Amino acid sequence: MNGPLGEITTVAGRNSFDVAAVRRDFPILSILVHGKPLVFLDNGASAQKPEAVLQAMDTMYRTSYANVHRGIYALSDAATGMYEAARETVRRFLGAADASEIVFTSGGTDSLNLVARCWGQSFLKPGDEVLVCESEHHSNIVPWQLAAAATGAVVRPIPVTDAGVFDFDAFTAMLSPKVKAVAVAHMSNVLGTIMPIKRIAAAAHAAGAIVVADGCQGAVHQTVDVQDLDVDFYAITGHKIYGPTGIGALYGKRALLDALPPYKGGGDMIETVSFERSTWAEPPARFEAGTPMIVEAIGLAAAIDYIEGLGLARIHAHEAEVLAHATDLLGRIPGVRIVGTAPDKGGVLSFVAEGAHPADIATLLDQRGIAVRAGHHCAQPLMVRMGVSATTRASFALYNTLAEAEALASGVERALAMLR
Amino acid sequence: MEAAAELEDLKETFGFLDDWEERYAYIIDLGKGLPPMDEALKTEATKVRGCTSQVWMVGREHADGEGRVRLDLTADSDAHIVRGLIRILLMLYSGRPKAEIAAIDAEDFLHGLGLDQHLSPSRRNGLFSMVERIRALAA
Repeated sequence: MNGPLGEITTVAGRNSFDVAAVRRDFPILSILVHGKPLVFLDNGASAQKPEAVLQAMDTMYRTSYANVHRGIYALSDAATGMYEAARETVRRFLGAADASEIVFTSGGTDSLNLVARCWGQSFLKPGDEVLVCESEHHSNIVPWQLAAAATGAVVRPIPVTDAGVFDFDAFTAMLSPKVKAVAVAHMSNVLGTIMPIKRIAAAAHAAGAIVVADGCQGAVHQTVDVQDLDVDFYAITGHKIYGPTGIGALYGKRALLDALPPYKGGGDMIETVSFERSTWAEPPARFEAGTPMIVEAIGLAAAIDYIEGLGLARIHAHEAEVLAHATDLLGRIPGVRIVGTAPDKGGVLSFVAEGAHPADIATLLDQRGIAVRAGHHCAQPLMVRMGVSATTRASFALYNTLAEAEALASGVERALAMLR
Repeated sequence: MEAAAELEDLKETFGFLDDWEERYAYIIDLGKGLPPMDEALKTEATKVRGCTSQVWMVGREHADGEGRVRLDLTADSDAHIVRGLIRILLMLYSGRPKAEIAAIDAEDFLHGLGLDQHLSPSRRNGLFSMVERIRALAA
């Protein structure tokens, strides 16, 4: 191959993480796309599933499936035990003090809507302010706009710098007694920036505001300890951490969850029901109306067990190595600009290229079996801030390799040669 | 070149190209030959929704002196591959009598080129959004 990437040779992995063995755990990674080996770099949208998750879900359906919290029979007891054990696994993963602080939801969007709706309707008043980082995913903007519209509160954007770093000075200048909540992603899904959640929480708390962290990306690429971060709420989704779709979780400090009204009405969330008055169950049941995502919760727990078994620190080190390699290679291609150059980043690489639309680049990469995302990534205010209409985004997972980073870079270089 | 001759030429060229990369390179080249669209025409009203990139399209009618009203189309996109697809759609539709437009099957034509297998569902949706807009302009 010619061009600035011509002299690249594969760098041997510098940590002990055996990515070849890990890849064998993910059946889908062996398929061909357009006759070429799949290079899956859209993990920020959703990650692939290891055999351990597929088997855990399949086994439960085959051997121990029944509705939970209801039946007085062995199978329901077994299923309930597994469901509650899954909650305990999520508690451990997030470092929460108690399993009752973990509410199962249908995903990150559901978790954030739960907070914005239930906390918002209880605690927001006209003129109150919710500060939301301008790099947020729409799912951490729109629920707050809905809550603001319902209560008369105002949503204000916290700026990021040109590099995509959280503007801490601007943030502290915005804090006032009117600010009641601060909503920030632990890691930006577009820029990859790791946000200083612990510092944000300390400053917000000093000003009397709660902190809601969207951990949908952060929990994939960072080790999370909600008590150390001292966040009030932390939202995660299962499908981005190698678990199934349809399951997520919301961590909330117990005292806050106790103070919230129910999210949805139905079975399992009540203490007593009469036509005069119904009373609510304690958290987390209060927020889990109806039959929950039982098998999905078991799948999520299997995914967490799987990544903890590999070692979170080793995974993150491997991802950092792949990200650094891809960043280096793409940065060498003339006319390519990386969007999001914060010093502290997780495995997300967004870029734009002169004379080439992100959709064109993604289309041409797809023909080589390379899956990336192109568009606004559900973060339109951020696109405006960064002065772009869209980006191409490669997002890395534990199974991506240095060779795949090279395939990405050479694919981009070839696409640009075709487009220019 | 006459639209019919252009389309024949297009079919023939695609017939020679058996490799995806050559086909895409040809579509990109077609896009580069798309007549420029006046920037003032690129408004919210002329934007075609449902595309992965931005697409604008306007139609202008003219009487052809034989008692028919024909629809002349101008369109553009900020993406090269989409510009190429627009060029093909314009060969199919632009300048045709309005009454004939509903009967033109773009999907069938693209299938004939062997192009549809290379189009992702989102790209295909965008293409059909454009065809829908053309049909609405002709209605």
